[in-house]
Amino acid sequence: MREISVKLITEKVRDLCIKANTDLGEDVLQAFDRAKGKEESPLGLEILKELKENARIAKEEDVPICQDTGFTIVFIELGQDVHLVGGDLNEAIQEGVRQGYRDGYLRKSICHPFTRANTGDNTPAIIHTEVIPGENVKITVAPKGGGSENMSRVVMLTPSDGVEGIKQFIVQRVRESGSNPCPPTIVGVGIGGTFEQAALLAKKSLLRSLGSKNPDPELDKLESGILNEINKLGIGPQGLGGRTTSLAVHILMMPCHIASFPLAVNIQCHAHRHKETII
Amino acid sequence: MKYGVYMSGPIRLKPPLSDEDVEKLKIGDRVMISGVIYTGRDAAHKKLFDLLKEGKDLPIDIKGQIIYYVGPTPAKPGQIFGSAGPTTSYRMDAYSPSLIERGLKGMIGKGMRSDVVKEAMRKHKAVYFAATGGAGALLAKRVKKAEIVAYDDLGPEAIRRLEVEDLPVIVVNDVRGNDLYIEGEKKYRT
Repeated sequence: MREISVKLITEKVRDLCIKANTDLGEDVLQAFDRAKGKEESPLGLEILKELKENARIAKEEDVPICQDTGFTIVFIELGQDVHLVGGDLNEAIQEGVRQGYRDGYLRKSICHPFTRANTGDNTPAIIHTEVIPGENVKITVAPKGGGSENMSRVVMLTPSDGVEGIKQFIVQRVRESGSNPCPPTIVGVGIGGTFEQAALLAKKSLLRSLGSKNPDPELDKLESGILNEINKLGIGPQGLGGRTTSLAVHILMMPCHIASFPLAVNIQCHAHRHKETII
Repeated sequence: MKYGVYMSGPIRLKPPLSDEDVEKLKIGDRVMISGVIYTGRDAAHKKLFDLLKEGKDLPIDIKGQIIYYVGPTPAKPGQIFGSAGPTTSYRMDAYSPSLIERGLKGMIGKGMRSDVVKEAMRKHKAVYFAATGGAGALLAKRVKKAEIVAYDDLGPEAIRRLEVEDLPVIVVNDVRGNDLYIEGEKKYRT
């Protein structure tokens, strides 16, 4: 049994909120470079260059990549041999978000659904906790912008829709989203499970490194097939026309009920922010 | 139709803009804006719209001006302006035609506008520009001065007077009713 103070969790969450919002991952920058090699639209190329320059400025000057510093989503993988001491884990995470958004000069974007009154400190964060073997705690902070989240959907397809039905729904969703989710996007897909599990799978699929292969060869093939169809749409960077509508399609799949065929599409903007640490 | 080809480099604009200034612009033109522009998003637009409905004066003279749809991050100590990329424009669609009718010449945001807004731009000669969504750190550096001129109580949504230098934008809707979101997609669809 290993003891970990929740104060350490607060500290790590605070730092991850700031780092995720100011330091775009190397995998995303490399994906921009790959896209630049294929983009035919002069405006599209110009935008891809701007995105790289923007990421450079944000990192160097320690300022947010995007003004929408997002809803803070926190994934916790808690080793079952860890004993958390010194307080409430949930509250420790919320406090980390509070401190991160205050100290990092990040925008507070969370409000009451009806009155639209801002909560003032970007809490509550969305927390997904999973208990795993071992005595470590893995924390991932993934701020999610409103524009791309608004373009996401969950649908309960009919089993007879098959793989073709999945392809059609995803490509159609990207087409209808147009310029709204700030393309080039990353398309997170969850297949199977239940209504809420499909959405969580789609969200989690976004955490995989860009440019990496899906470990399941069948899904890997499906990912490249769908990406190819998406990039024929012509939407392009920022929706102004071009070849780079999406940088990647990521799929996570699990078994579903014999009567069901759930599909979730979680669209992620090019400001694809997530950072993790292991305690 | 030719667009997106800019052998001659970007067009430079300085508000206030005249009818002639905006008539020259066509979709796909890259434009660098320098001088004074104003910020305003959801809440500020509703307030301006309500004043116009009541026949009252606006807190700023919008004739010939450009409004940038932005809700910046808080500025860090020593920083002039926080990260400041555009927000999605369709939420302003209900209010924009009244402002365009009153002489607003330009709007900067991201995402497609409604047919009603496009018609108002055609009729009263105004244009819609896209700034790169998510390029908040880069765009903030083009702001040289910022001051709140109305609705201080709205925080990030207050109307600010910005002095910008070479703010990079692209013409999406021109006065002839063209739309780069439609034309651009058509051109590259295979």
